[in-house]
Amino acid sequence: MFRILKKSFQTGVVTEAPPRLEDAELDGVGMELRRRIDARFGRSLAIRQVDAGSCNACELEIHALNNAYHDVARFGVHFVASPRHADALLVTGPVSRHMEAALRRTWRATPAPKFVIAAGDCACTGGEFGVSYASCGAVERVIPVDAKIPGCPPSPLALLKGLLHALRA
Amino acid sequence: MSGLDWLSDFLARLGAEQVIVAQDALALAPAIRLALAAEHWATAARVAADMGLRHAGLWADCLDDSALAAEDRAIRVQACLEHAGDYLVLETQVPMLRPVLASQAAFYPGVDRLERHAHDLTGLELTGQPDGRRWTRHQAWPEDSFPLRSAFPLAGEPVGRTPADADYPFGRVQGAGVYEIPVGPVHAGIIEPGHFRFHAMGEDVLQLEERLGYVHKGIEKLAVGRDPAGLARLAGRVSGDATVAHAWAACQAMERATGCVVPPRALALRGLMAERERVANHLADIGAVCNDVGFAFAHVQCGRLRELWQRRSQAVFGHRLMMDALVPGGVAADVCERVAEELLQDQAQLKSEIAPIFDVVADHPSLDDRLMTTGVLSESDARQLGCTGYVGKASGLSFDVRRDSPYAPYEGLAMDGATLPEGDVAARVRVRMAEVRNSLGWMDRLLKALPEGPVRTDLPEAEAGALGLGIIEGWRGEILSVVRFGADGRIARYFPRDPSWFTWPALERLIQGNIVPDFPVCNKSVNGAYSGQDL
Repeated sequence: MFRILKKSFQTGVVTEAPPRLEDAELDGVGMELRRRIDARFGRSLAIRQVDAGSCNACELEIHALNNAYHDVARFGVHFVASPRHADALLVTGPVSRHMEAALRRTWRATPAPKFVIAAGDCACTGGEFGVSYASCGAVERVIPVDAKIPGCPPSPLALLKGLLHALRA
Repeated sequence: MSGLDWLSDFLARLGAEQVIVAQDALALAPAIRLALAAEHWATAARVAADMGLRHAGLWADCLDDSALAAEDRAIRVQACLEHAGDYLVLETQVPMLRPVLASQAAFYPGVDRLERHAHDLTGLELTGQPDGRRWTRHQAWPEDSFPLRSAFPLAGEPVGRTPADADYPFGRVQGAGVYEIPVGPVHAGIIEPGHFRFHAMGEDVLQLEERLGYVHKGIEKLAVGRDPAGLARLAGRVSGDATVAHAWAACQAMERATGCVVPPRALALRGLMAERERVANHLADIGAVCNDVGFAFAHVQCGRLRELWQRRSQAVFGHRLMMDALVPGGVAADVCERVAEELLQDQAQLKSEIAPIFDVVADHPSLDDRLMTTGVLSESDARQLGCTGYVGKASGLSFDVRRDSPYAPYEGLAMDGATLPEGDVAARVRVRMAEVRNSLGWMDRLLKALPEGPVRTDLPEAEAGALGLGIIEGWRGEILSVVRFGADGRIARYFPRDPSWFTWPALERLIQGNIVPDFPVCNKSVNGAYSGQDL
C-alpha cells in the first residue's frame, strides 16, 4: 500500500502539469467541447465505440483518450458498454461485409437523438482497404454519418477536435 | 541437435515411409524447402509430429493464371515446420480441377483454422479435416466461390446487404443446468469484434468456442498486384498494434525474394522500432490486465508511460505507432545523434519509472489472488498448438526468433526471466514485464553502437515467381510472412501468419474450468489479434 501511495504522490496529477503546446491546445479544445456537451446533451456525452473492421490502430488511440494525459471523462465524454446507453456511435474501420449487419443493428439499437462519427481514414473513405468483396468501404455507405475524423489513426487530440466538430454540426 | 541432424533424421524417417522429397535450400531461405507428392502430405505431418517439430503454419497459393490451360492450373500448399531455430517448408501441389489434399490438423491441432481459412479462400479441399465447418467465410461470398482464385474479382459480386451469419453450427454442451452465453461481435469495451460462445454451469465455463472472421477485409486479395511499397503499407495495417513487426516481416520477405542487401543502420533502426512497439504494447496490456481485476493504479501508471512513449515515437519516427516508418529496402527516416541521445535518456527514465510499478504488480496480495492459477495453459497444450511469444514463454516454451533464429540486428539478446513454467495469467504478465526490461537494455546497446551509413537502398526488380519468407519476432510472438512476385515486380501472393492463429485456440483451452467473470482478464492476458487473424 505504501509503495502505491508513494508512487502516486511522486507522479502527481499529470493532467495539470505545465502545458506544452499540445497540452494547451488540448485544454482549449476540451473546454469548448464541455460547453457544447452541456448545451446539447445535458452535460455528458455517452459514446458507444464500434469497430466495424479496423486494424485496431484506431482503437489504441481511442483508448488513449482515457489515459491520465487526456482524461476525456473530465469533459463529460464517456464510453458506454451498450448502444442503448449511447448518444453517439464512434465507428472505426472500413465496414467489413461480415460486420455490416452487426453495425446496422447497433445503429438501430441506439436511441434517438443520436449521431454517428466515423473515426479514421478507413471509416471516412475506405482508406487502405476501400470497397471489395470483403469490405463495404466508408461507414456512410452503411449507416448515416454526421461527422468524420480523418487520420491513420487519428491522434487523441484529433479525436477530441472531431468530437467538437460533430457537436457543432 | 543441430539443424542438419534433425533434418537428416526427418528425411530418413520419411524415406522409411516411402516418401520421396526434392530438397531446395535456396528458394525460401533461411528455410529449407522440401517438395513432396500430395499423397504424402499427411504422412509428412505425422512424422514431423512424432519428432516433436513445431508447426508454424500452412497456406495455399492459387497458380491459376488465365494464360494456363485448365489442366495445368494448380493450388500450391506450403507448411512451415520449425525445430531448434531451423525452418523447413513442406510444399506440394494439387490440380485445380481436383484440389484435394489430406489434412494435417489431426497431428497439429493448431493448424485447424489455417486449413479452414485456406479452404474458404482458395477452394482447397482437405480430407480428414477434424472440423469441416467454414471459418473465415461468413455470408459475404457464396460457398462455391473462392476469393483468392484469379477469376474472382476483387470487388466480388455482392448482392445487396450482407446478412448476419446466423446459422453457424456452434458446438453444443448439453445437460441439466448448462446454459449458453453468446458474446459479440460488438463487445462492451473499446475492442475489436468477434463472437464468443460460452457454455457454462453456474459460474464455471465448461466450454468456450470462438467465432472470428468479423473483420475479414480481404487483405490477401488486396495485396495482389501491389508494388513493394504498397505491400509494405498494407502489411503495416494487418494488425495496427503490430504495424512495425508486420511491415518488417513483409519487407524482409520481399528483400529475401529479390536479394536486397539492407544497410546495417536501417536494420538497427528497424530493431529499435520493433522493440519500441513491444514495450508500448506490453505496457498497455500489463496495465489493462491489472485493470480487469480492479487494480486501477497499474493501469493509470502504465497508460501514462505508454502515452509518453508514443509521443516520443511521434517526434522521432513521425507517427505515434510508427506506421509506414519501414519501407522496402530500409526505413523511411534517419535518427540523428542528438535524437539518439534523447532516446537513451528516455529509456533510462522509463527504466527507473517502471521499477516501482512492476515491483507492485509482481508482488501485491490482491493481484496475486486474482491472477495466480487463473487461466492456466499447460506446456503440452501450448506446444501442441504451436504458441510462441509471451503465451508460449509463460507456459515453459522459451522459443524466440530473435534468439533461436536470429536476424540482423539481433545478436546476443538477453532473455532474463522471460520463460516461466506456471502458464497462468500472472506468468504471462511477468514474462511481459521481463520482456520490457530486456528490450530496454537491448535498445541501449543498439543505440550506443548504431552503425553509420545510409538507411535505405533500392529494392532490386523481382523476377517473376520469386518467393520470399519473412520471419520476425513481433510483440505477440513469431510472425511469418510469405510473398510471391508475379510479373512486372508486382505482388502475386502475400500471406501474413500472425501468432494469434495459435493463441486464439489456446484461449479456448485455458479458460476451461475458470469462472465466466475471469474471461476478460484471461482474454487480455493472451490478447490475440482479431484483425491479424481475420485478414
